[in-house]
Amino acid sequence: MVNLASYLSIAAILFCLGLFGVLTKRNAVIVLLSIELMLNAVNLNLVAFSKYGLFPGLDGQVFTLFSLTVAAAEASVGLAILIALFRNRGTAEVNEMDLMKR
Amino acid sequence: MDWTLIAFFVLAMVAIGGALYMLNLYKVVHMVVALAFTFFGLAGIYVLLEAEFIAFAQIMVYSGAITILMIYGIMMTRHDAEDIPIRRPVHTLFAVAGVGGLFVFLLYGIMTTPWQTPADKPLAENNVKELGLALFNKYVIPFELAAMMLLAALVGAVVLARREVED
Repeated sequence: MVNLASYLSIAAILFCLGLFGVLTKRNAVIVLLSIELMLNAVNLNLVAFSKYGLFPGLDGQVFTLFSLTVAAAEASVGLAILIALFRNRGTAEVNEMDLMKR
Repeated sequence: MDWTLIAFFVLAMVAIGGALYMLNLYKVVHMVVALAFTFFGLAGIYVLLEAEFIAFAQIMVYSGAITILMIYGIMMTRHDAEDIPIRRPVHTLFAVAGVGGLFVFLLYGIMTTPWQTPADKPLAENNVKELGLALFNKYVIPFELAAMMLLAALVGAVVLARREVED
């Protein structure tokens, strides 16, 4: 019998690893993937509360489906922006995207 | 020792191990493959939580679509990219401190909250059917809005990534 706290701990670990990836990685594709990892941790929280919350039901799973949709849209648009940026500026590294600092 | 506990530990190890490998590998393509393992492990955990439809949607959308999309992204930018770690110790120190602080805060909240355990009964007799009924009755307006958003994202991605024609 696995309780709610262990699912929430897994989600917290994954969220923190994703946040660390966002903060330290240089390749923009990997930064996008780390954001997906953080969204996945949130999805795990929603599904866990949907089963072990105070009012068990399917609402959390429906929320997860919508969050999945938003994540897919975000990944596609983010990648399109990345490709346009690579074509115009010739770089895919986040520390070289510093046009607004100059 | 029942089987859900063993399955939970194995799947959690796969998920966290994939994320750790993602942070520590050098080649960008290897990182994407490591994260695909994380997505598979999370799909297994969803099956443990009686969310079978979410689990298969996770495998299709994340392990299938998003991983392959990111590999396409790597191919279209720099296909032999290596992610050399940032040589800025202060930056990394701040990142470690902030993320560690957040993690300790979250874990403290999880461990000290008195969670009430509900009765251990199955959520729904027929998960996929109940989910479909909820999605198309109670949540039909958000469903249509999500469809509109996907269409907007599709058109937006095509417009953004299109090569501009010189005229």
